[in-house]
Amino acid sequence: MYIIVIGGGKVGFYLAKELAESNHEVLVIEQDPQKVQEIQDELGDIAMEGDGCEATVLEKAGTSRADMLLAVTGDDEDNLIACQVAKQRFNVSRTVARINDPKNEEIFRRLDVDITVSATSAIMAHIEQELPTHQLIPLMRLGSGLEIVEVRIPDDSRIVGRPIREILLPYQSMVAIVIDDGGRPKMASGDTIIRAGDEVVAVTMHESEEALREALMAPPPARAF
Amino acid sequence: MRIVIMGCGRVGAALATEFSREGNDVTVLDTDPTAFRFLPDDFTGQKVIGNGIDPDLLKKIHLETADAFVSATRGDNRNVMAAQVAKHIYGVKIVASRVFDPLREEMYRNMGLRTINPTRVQAKRLKRVIEAPTDEDASEMAREFMKQDGL
Repeated sequence: MYIIVIGGGKVGFYLAKELAESNHEVLVIEQDPQKVQEIQDELGDIAMEGDGCEATVLEKAGTSRADMLLAVTGDDEDNLIACQVAKQRFNVSRTVARINDPKNEEIFRRLDVDITVSATSAIMAHIEQELPTHQLIPLMRLGSGLEIVEVRIPDDSRIVGRPIREILLPYQSMVAIVIDDGGRPKMASGDTIIRAGDEVVAVTMHESEEALREALMAPPPARAF
Repeated sequence: MRIVIMGCGRVGAALATEFSREGNDVTVLDTDPTAFRFLPDDFTGQKVIGNGIDPDLLKKIHLETADAFVSATRGDNRNVMAAQVAKHIYGVKIVASRVFDPLREEMYRNMGLRTINPTRVQAKRLKRVIEAPTDEDASEMAREFMKQDGL
């Protein structure tokens, strides 16, 4: 594949290196001549000096025959515009934008960038997974507002010892996999009995996260004597 | 009309002043608080420090209630990104941007944004002024340009 990378900073550099090593044809477009020189010295003749948002530069780079364009500069607006110019003027079928400010994720999605990669969100998600106190861990976001989450069932959860069919789950939520405390995964069915310490992988709507947490983790209601 | 203007440079400030004097409700945004010095003392619109592509700021100023959004910062990319956010996410009916790069200007015009490209017009006009036979002719020409734009 012919892949154009906009931005020759650390992300662009290592991306280009990786892609070139996997035998792709790569071209990095970078504005800073010094960075261009560094890439040339390290990786060979695969860097070009210029503004990757400018149509004349992209023309020179042969963008119309590119299979993919990856915009990975440190400026979100530049990444968005590079992707849009590549798509609109050069019909590049797949564009990928790096997002530096997670607030822009929604915007990019709605402005038709094919794929977005947010390092900040990825790092946050990774740290959340490592935090033992966090009760419901988002693992992955799917399209249409769905996400995959993981929950460890506490000892005092009201659903311990009960089959999944008896759990009242929020709208558009389902339990997909149950992993027992020995690390053995099994597909969840209505008959699967939930035990304390089980890891439950579920699919839910983002808005229903709290309701799902309540359904799986809350202790039984206190009884009045 | 409620008009939000992003970028309070000479152009943004002149635009804000004119719309404000005509009785419109004007909000001017700039990341640099010293930029507001270009506005006259009697400017009655709202001055907001901040970035016009920051979703939190746009929510705060209730961009969805604006009738028009104009982006006139020095950055082409920032201008067209902000214009698209205003149009497609906040549903602002009229969005206009200044875009210096003629090719990008043409592309975003074709994508439905209202854009102007000062670069080509200015280069053409400068050339005509240079080629004028005398200084007086050049001066007359410059006055003529102003007149065409109602100045």
